Amino acid sequence: MLELSWLIPASPLLGFVLLVVFGKRLGEPVAGWVATIFSFISFIATVFVFFGLKSLPTEERFHIEKLFNWIDSGSFSVDAGLLVDPLSVTMCLFVTGVGTLIHLYSIGYMHGDANFSKFFVYLNLFIASMLLLVLGDNLLITFLGWEGVGACSYLLISFWFEDKDNASAGKKAFVTNRVGDFGFMIATFLVFTSIGSINYDDIAADASTISGVTATAIVMLFVLAATGKSAQLPLFVWLPDAMAGPTPVSALIHAATMVTSGVFLLIRLNPLLAEADLWATGMISWIGAITAFVAATAAVSQNDIKKVLAYSTVSQLGYLFMAVGVGGYVAAIFHMITHAFFKALLFLGAGSVIHGMHHEQDMRKMGGLRPLMPITGFTFIIGWLAIAGVPPFSGFWSKDEILLYLWNADAVGGKYLWVIGLVTALLTAFYMTRQVLMTFFGEQNFETTGDHAVKPHESPKLMTIPLMILSGLAVVAGLLNLPLKNMHYLADWIEPSLFGNEVHLDTPNSTKWILALVAIAVGLTAIALAGSVYYKKRFNKVEPQFFADAWSIDSSYARFFGGPGRLVFDALSWFDRTVIDGLVKGVGKVSVVAGQSLRPLQTGYIRSYGLSIVIGTLAVAGWFIWRLFS
Amino acid sequence: MEVTETWYLLLSAALFTIGMIGFLIRRNPLIMFMCVELMLNAVNISFVAFSDVLDDLSGQSAVFFVLVVAAAEVVIGLSLVVMLYRRKSKVSVDDLAELRG
Repeated sequence: MLELSWLIPASPLLGFVLLVVFGKRLGEPVAGWVATIFSFISFIATVFVFFGLKSLPTEERFHIEKLFNWIDSGSFSVDAGLLVDPLSVTMCLFVTGVGTLIHLYSIGYMHGDANFSKFFVYLNLFIASMLLLVLGDNLLITFLGWEGVGACSYLLISFWFEDKDNASAGKKAFVTNRVGDFGFMIATFLVFTSIGSINYDDIAADASTISGVTATAIVMLFVLAATGKSAQLPLFVWLPDAMAGPTPVSALIHAATMVTSGVFLLIRLNPLLAEADLWATGMISWIGAITAFVAATAAVSQNDIKKVLAYSTVSQLGYLFMAVGVGGYVAAIFHMITHAFFKALLFLGAGSVIHGMHHEQDMRKMGGLRPLMPITGFTFIIGWLAIAGVPPFSGFWSKDEILLYLWNADAVGGKYLWVIGLVTALLTAFYMTRQVLMTFFGEQNFETTGDHAVKPHESPKLMTIPLMILSGLAVVAGLLNLPLKNMHYLADWIEPSLFGNEVHLDTPNSTKWILALVAIAVGLTAIALAGSVYYKKRFNKVEPQFFADAWSIDSSYARFFGGPGRLVFDALSWFDRTVIDGLVKGVGKVSVVAGQSLRPLQTGYIRSYGLSIVIGTLAVAGWFIWRLFS
Repeated sequence: MEVTETWYLLLSAALFTIGMIGFLIRRNPLIMFMCVELMLNAVNISFVAFSDVLDDLSGQSAVFFVLVVAAAEVVIGLSLVVMLYRRKSKVSVDDLAELRG
């Protein structure tokens, strides 16, 4: 059944083409249903491929479906091929699964929008690009998808581009990601020069022939690419602004799928990571740790319901980086999946609240919404418990797995990484409790009477059904990889994609129990703490402006690049204009000068042309005669 | 005195030189045109002469090609000359230097 794999990216691509042509004519809501169906076909195909792969013996679960030869130039040959292995299929499953649910939700959420069908054009193109990114069997196909999702992200963030803020938020995301993309490109060139191929199977086979220094350089450049796409320090600044897009977009692209592609890339390249120096992989963990902590503190002080979730996403992605850096690939994928479920759920819940509150996003003007929006409230609370790490919800299991790896990461960070992870977990539970209390409990802080009265209402079924499905998944996803004997389903399943590079821990059970209990205690403490603070409305005491500005990182970038950084850009621009453009223009100038100086030869007198023919003929004849007699 | 092939070749060379010099020094397009024809036919004479010496018919068949091509050239060339005379009563090729560089 692996032959079906081409259908996975092709189906949403077909949907995209159909909607580009007929979208306007189909209109609302048919265009949305068409997009949803094509996304769903992709999901079904993925399920078939999953079972096809599962029926193979473990060592054969690395299937390359070559479609055609794409580029063939000298020793550089790239096939358009799909790599079907446990890692890519796992990614495809949750991309298409969550993607379809969010398509469905969007039909309700985008109701009445002037550009209804355009939204679904972009959404289908996004799904197709994301699947190409995940399924590509070489770095170039992945890069194609990588740029595709970047472009869709840009288009969807600035979907309501009539507002200047939205347009510039899209631009910011795009430009910031370009910084990372340059790392991706240079790293790809380096991989090609060192092993002569950019296919993942060749990389896995020949990674050990790359020298340690080169491997480290390649990994560092890929990490740069990943920090861009996965919103880590120093390139995380675009993600909070990306919340300018419609909420389903934030859920799909900026929480569940696209932002995990950086982590996916690093896991896919695990043979290279294994060859790189220890400090390089350690740095991945440290980038993640610092980002997780900074973003968590920022999330504590946000008042925009989506901004909290945005910083929370940055923070959780930091967790994934921490896990990847210490070799806990399965833990990273596990948390990636559970995070996709509960974060998509939280975003969609937030979208439902925004929808019900007539596009009010400030949590200070909400409160007491639970009785008015029972389904949204209930599912949001499940998402909250999952992300806060309360057992037995899924977030607890995956977060615990990562913390276990951090506990054993003495080589790169002593116990500091673990401590940062734990503090971040505490902050996570704290800000999520704060959000739930401010939104769903307490007094109603909006006007219920008068001219500006808001009458919150539950969202339509189209929006609540995806919420219910996702909340179900957020509860049970922990079963994928329980830390019990013979229940490491995910670990056993992913293993063929990791080539034995996964770090295996042999922590005694007693330690595991203690660590788990500590994590639970921390989570519950944070919830209690937040409860005591926010039930009594002591807002400002724990929310310094410094945190609300996310440690002023974004504004200092702006100040630097507007001030001293400007000089560097001016110098570069001067170099470009004089040296680079000078070379290009110089070539043209040489032709012009040569032409000008040869012009006088064309006198326009036929006799002079005739004379030159005669002279030429005589010269040639003379040459032959001279040869004859000498 | 016997007429050998040398005579024919000398005749051919003389005609060719006359045509060439005429082409170079005259200004009248019609005369220049005739000079070109003269050169072509000078070459034809040498073709025939060599064909006889070498006892090979391909030389004579080459002459037919030259004649055909010359005929085609005459058609186009003469029509150009006629057009020129229509525009100007007295034509010198030196006046036609619009494509000067």
